[in-house]
Amino acid sequence: MGIGTYILVSLVKIALALLILLTAVAYTTLLERKVVGHIQNRWGPSRVGPFGIWQPLADGLKFIFKEDITPPFANKPLYMLAPIIALTTALTSIAVIPVGPWIKLGSLNTPLQIADVNIGLLIILGVTSVGVYGVALAGWSSNSKYSMLGGLRASAQMVSYEIALGLSLIGVLIYAGSFSLRDIVDSQAGTWLGFIPKWNLFRGQFVAFFIYIMAAYAETNRIPFDLPEAETELVAGYHTEYSSMKFAMFFMAEYANMVTVACLASILFLGGWSGPVFGPPIVQSLLPVFWFALRVFAFMFIYIWVRGTLPRFRYDQLMAFGWKFLLPLAIANIVVTSLVVALK
Amino acid sequence: MLPLILFFIFAALCVGGAINLLVQKHPINSALSLIVVMGSLALIYLLLGAEFVAAVQVIVYAGAVMVLFVFVIMLLNAGVEERTEHASRVAMVLGVPGLIIGLSLAVWVVSHLAGLDRIAIGGPMVMNGSDVFGNPQAIGHLLFRNFLLPFEVTSVLILIAIMGAVVLARREE
Repeated sequence: MGIGTYILVSLVKIALALLILLTAVAYTTLLERKVVGHIQNRWGPSRVGPFGIWQPLADGLKFIFKEDITPPFANKPLYMLAPIIALTTALTSIAVIPVGPWIKLGSLNTPLQIADVNIGLLIILGVTSVGVYGVALAGWSSNSKYSMLGGLRASAQMVSYEIALGLSLIGVLIYAGSFSLRDIVDSQAGTWLGFIPKWNLFRGQFVAFFIYIMAAYAETNRIPFDLPEAETELVAGYHTEYSSMKFAMFFMAEYANMVTVACLASILFLGGWSGPVFGPPIVQSLLPVFWFALRVFAFMFIYIWVRGTLPRFRYDQLMAFGWKFLLPLAIANIVVTSLVVALK
Repeated sequence: MLPLILFFIFAALCVGGAINLLVQKHPINSALSLIVVMGSLALIYLLLGAEFVAAVQVIVYAGAVMVLFVFVIMLLNAGVEERTEHASRVAMVLGVPGLIIGLSLAVWVVSHLAGLDRIAIGGPMVMNGSDVFGNPQAIGHLLFRNFLLPFEVTSVLILIAIMGAVVLARREE
């Protein structure tokens, strides 16, 4: 493949990935409002189009036309920079996530992924750790008590849970022997007895899976760990002073991070895009993507289900849970997994 | 050619960030400049073919260490720094050129002694024959085969430092 074709293919893939991700983000908000509505015995949005399916577009238009207020006491450059950092880092991680196997289009053979790098997992961890600045700076630069407390809580929480999150992945890495997300999916191919898939979830990484899910909920500031924006105490936490598109950028960043977490959970623990493949060639090349999307959808649904079910932690409980329970458990999981692999 | 252009872009970004760190009056701006320096260093490592070190640089330095710096600045609500009045004239005129000459000499001598001048921009690099260094497997082999004892000793040292920090933080008056 020549350099020109490579750049062209990459640009097309980037445009497609962004389009799909942003649509997913928009419709996750609708799904959330619908599902939480039904959990609370209400209808949720139902006025804009049938079942409210145009609601995300209406919301987007509303955000664009709202007045964009910058508080006079804010640190202006950082106040502008914070939502940009949050959204950029949230959208960057999708670049290394594979959504399916290699496909053939005529003479073109290309992976369903923007960049297949051998340190894919580390890149996602790195980008996530830089994303903390968006939240921390938003809280600090707004120059308001509530924002400040929200920003402090968010950065402390994200830094603490990053450790448990990172350690929970090591068991998977021991089995796969690679940081490449594509290799990790390939390492989970095959079945036992013809029907139990060899997913990491069933290969002894059961504990790691739950550590990952809990730490990821804390990383994305979702209920039951949404202390940074606890509305009963902090108005809206770090984005209290933000309005219009700047607020929308934080909102989109949160949901894009949720999508990334769901993609990563599917790849690391549920075998990525593995599943029955049949039918004519075009269906065969698209079915894996469908299986992958199904897993991601299931994770997004669980996110919303948890939000509709659980109350919020207290802040000291949150920190104690992360440091005194999840972290030792993650380390124990590494020891046990290494022993199992070494003695096999 | 492309790696060389990218190297100059990121090297300029790195030096610019470092100068901005010194010039800025507010500590949070200095801390953010330091993050830019760390990030561009990571990209230079990437250009050298050391992708694992680049990722660790971002996760540990740009991510974890600098978040703690920013956190402390936010918690203390540190204000604009105060400059001392009577700075030395000689240091102001000769300081930066002298430092540049001294450092360049040091880097030149060290790189010649260590044979590092064989490393070129635009990896993946070959050192000691054919084994590629810089990817996670190669670094794992180095750390857990060739340098196992220093690695373990360092980890014990870091453990002692952590325990020391806990003891100091919990000391009651």
